[in-house]
Amino acid sequence: MTKDKETVMLTMNGQTITAKSGTKLLWAALDNGIYIPNLCAMRDKPEPEAACRLCWVEIEGRQSPITACTEPVAAGMVVNTTGEKALKLARTGFELLMASHALDCARCSANGSCELQKIAKVLKCSLKPKRFRQLLRGLPVDESNPLFTYDPNKCVLCGRCVWVCRKHVKSGVLGFAHRGFERRITTFGDEPIGKDCLNCSACVKACPTGALTMKDGKKKTDIA
Amino acid sequence: MNPDKPTAAAAAFKELKERAGAQLTQLTHDKTVIMVGTATCGCAAGALEVLQTFKDEVKKRNLGCAVIEVGCMGHCYAEPMVIIRKPNSPGVCYAHVNPVIAERLVNEYILGENPCPEFVLAAFEPNDILPSFQDFPRSRYEQKIILQNCGHIEPTKIEHYIVAGGYIALAKALEASPENIIEEVEKSGLRGRGGAGFSTGQKWRLCRQSPGNTKYVICNADEGDPGAFIDRALLESDPHSVIEGMIIAAYAIGARTGYIYVRAEYPLAVERLEIALKQAKKLNLTGAHILGSDFCFNIHLFKGSGAFVCGEETALIASLEGHAGMPHHRPPYPTTHGLHGKPTIVNNVKTLAYVRHIINNGADWFAGIGTKKSPGTAVFALAGKIVNTGLVEVPMGTTLRQIIYDVGSGIPGGKQFKAVQIGGPSGGCLPESALDLPVDFNSLKEAGAIMGSGGMVVLDEDDCMVEMARYFLEFTQRESCGKCTFCRLGTKQMLEILTEFTFGKGRIEDLDNLERLAEEVKAGSLCALGRTAPNPILTTLRYFRQEYEDHIRLGKCPALMCQHLIAYYILPDKCERSCDACIGSCTVEAISPNKKRIKVIDQTQCVKCGTCLKACPPQYNAIVKLTPPSEVPNDNSKLKNQISKPQIKSKN
Repeated sequence: MTKDKETVMLTMNGQTITAKSGTKLLWAALDNGIYIPNLCAMRDKPEPEAACRLCWVEIEGRQSPITACTEPVAAGMVVNTTGEKALKLARTGFELLMASHALDCARCSANGSCELQKIAKVLKCSLKPKRFRQLLRGLPVDESNPLFTYDPNKCVLCGRCVWVCRKHVKSGVLGFAHRGFERRITTFGDEPIGKDCLNCSACVKACPTGALTMKDGKKKTDIA
Repeated sequence: MNPDKPTAAAAAFKELKERAGAQLTQLTHDKTVIMVGTATCGCAAGALEVLQTFKDEVKKRNLGCAVIEVGCMGHCYAEPMVIIRKPNSPGVCYAHVNPVIAERLVNEYILGENPCPEFVLAAFEPNDILPSFQDFPRSRYEQKIILQNCGHIEPTKIEHYIVAGGYIALAKALEASPENIIEEVEKSGLRGRGGAGFSTGQKWRLCRQSPGNTKYVICNADEGDPGAFIDRALLESDPHSVIEGMIIAAYAIGARTGYIYVRAEYPLAVERLEIALKQAKKLNLTGAHILGSDFCFNIHLFKGSGAFVCGEETALIASLEGHAGMPHHRPPYPTTHGLHGKPTIVNNVKTLAYVRHIINNGADWFAGIGTKKSPGTAVFALAGKIVNTGLVEVPMGTTLRQIIYDVGSGIPGGKQFKAVQIGGPSGGCLPESALDLPVDFNSLKEAGAIMGSGGMVVLDEDDCMVEMARYFLEFTQRESCGKCTFCRLGTKQMLEILTEFTFGKGRIEDLDNLERLAEEVKAGSLCALGRTAPNPILTTLRYFRQEYEDHIRLGKCPALMCQHLIAYYILPDKCERSCDACIGSCTVEAISPNKKRIKVIDQTQCVKCGTCLKACPPQYNAIVKLTPPSEVPNDNSKLKNQISKPQIKSKN
């Protein structure tokens, strides 16, 4: 991260906030209690993933909305996180994700702690968007791990689990495979997830949706 | 700079050139030279057999001719092509040569005096007997800069390239300071030929100014657009021009290592590049202390595994580093954080090929060609429904009409022009009204297409624009890396909608849905693949909306292309009783004669393969396509009842 400790002042939604120079807008906003929908952002990642395309904000002087996770703060910047153009893009991104999400809140153990539910509320979106065709992949659920279940059909491909598995646990069991619509998170050689896993459950804790859930019904927030 | 060094480079090069000249003279002086175009296009048409025939004949009769392999002249429609240069005669270019013709040419032209005008495409120099290339209407428009050497020199011989004026620019560049080179390239106004058209000089300057001692030059030869084959032809026909451009670029930015990222699907280009790199190294044109100067630079070849997205520079770099070929957010741009985090320039094959010409002829010369904002020439790969498929190099600002009708000789078969698809899956379809558009980076962008990698696919009345959009979306959807939401899921959703249209199942409100989603995918995607993928949809919606509406409202495909919206029908009054060609050709036995021996297609059986239409003899021309399928006359059912037992006769 940046060594420069200088702080800058900027305006966000009419509110003056300060942030360390070099900080990305998304973190500046979250640190100041302004929520911007996001799924793939990880604070300790040196380069933003910029994959979920939900954290759109409008910056004065820029023609089109910009993703907050990629844009560093600048002194005097005027940011609007609730502009119509930004929300429109965020809604489309979210609706695209939901159209390919195996929605089953009633039986999903992430119900209540799911970030998709939170984002739907903030964006005032239905969890079941009518605009798009439902395109599910119908992949098999992996129950092989003694501690957790992996349901790829609920995965939004944010990559948080891959990051924690590789960088924090240094295990590297999880990774991305395939491309395009077929892209999914899996293990090397598509082996069952329980085979080489260290069972630390860090991935479950990192997962924003019900794709990775504890078998004992423990909430993600309760995982040590 | 050390004043001794420049003269050292010039002297070293002078010696090199003399040696190359002497070697080449020994090979070809006072001899008849037979040049066979063996680029991929030539090989596909059978050039290797022709080459073998010439070699055998020359050996058998002890003719003492030099038989050499050259690249592609751009006349791909006339392959296999052979050039015969007899001493003191104009060089003659033959088209569609096969082994039999090759033998005749040996007998009658090489051994005799008859140039066999019936096989001649044209002569190179004006003469009294044969037409020359200067007589072709296309020569009025063509101005060859980077394609100059293609098809005229032996790509596997560095001597040939040097004698043709190669590596002079490098020797010249090494005498100047890197800043001067960048200034010259910037002043020339050269814009990147990879598609986006960013100023090359500016890119080099940004990279040079980036702090750090380790810098890289990457040549992007990952040409993946369906319908584009310029980079391939260039690498197969004149690889040294690209290498020379790379060395000059490296000198300008201060790089010591370069990579050529080439598709593994271009085996011949890879092979010829490998040879070229070895030769350049041997002559100290790469490696340590190039031409005796202080400058050291090595080039490595990297074979990409055929992912379209790897043509995007950040994905290309990720792939080179050994990661999955996936793009990341820019900024930081590669000019500051590129390969292994070091400042890097990524330039297209064509861009690098221009460099030596700019150094040789000066920035003003280059800036004087083409239009003010897009100087230089544009190279297009003409494909699709056009007579002269192949490569064409014209000054920027030439109109589409001139390129398609004067250079490409128009649409074959007397068909009507419908649209031209420029820039591949990232580009767009432009209609007839855009034909007088002077082609350059800006005008194409305004019209909704992009220059892209230079693919130009001409479409005629038989091409359905909805199907065209669906085809390209299928491509981009399959090639999307899947990292970001808009590209991964947005292209899939758009493809679903388009597929429904071609099945006649669309709803009219889907048109607006599609247009809105296309705009949003364009705005929301992470990299250029997603941001340009909607272009085929947006341009066809803009120029051919009626065709979409016909598909949805009437279940009709006006171009008679979408299989689900057409039916084959045999016109009873045209059908010849004694002919059973259609019955014999039908793959599913859906055609049978009625009592009057008029053939009838059982629509429930027909799989719409179209074979019967091709089989029906032209003198009857009895089979037609109808859209929507309900257009098939109702008496068909009546006819069906009269059908006697199917008599299946084989055609033979």
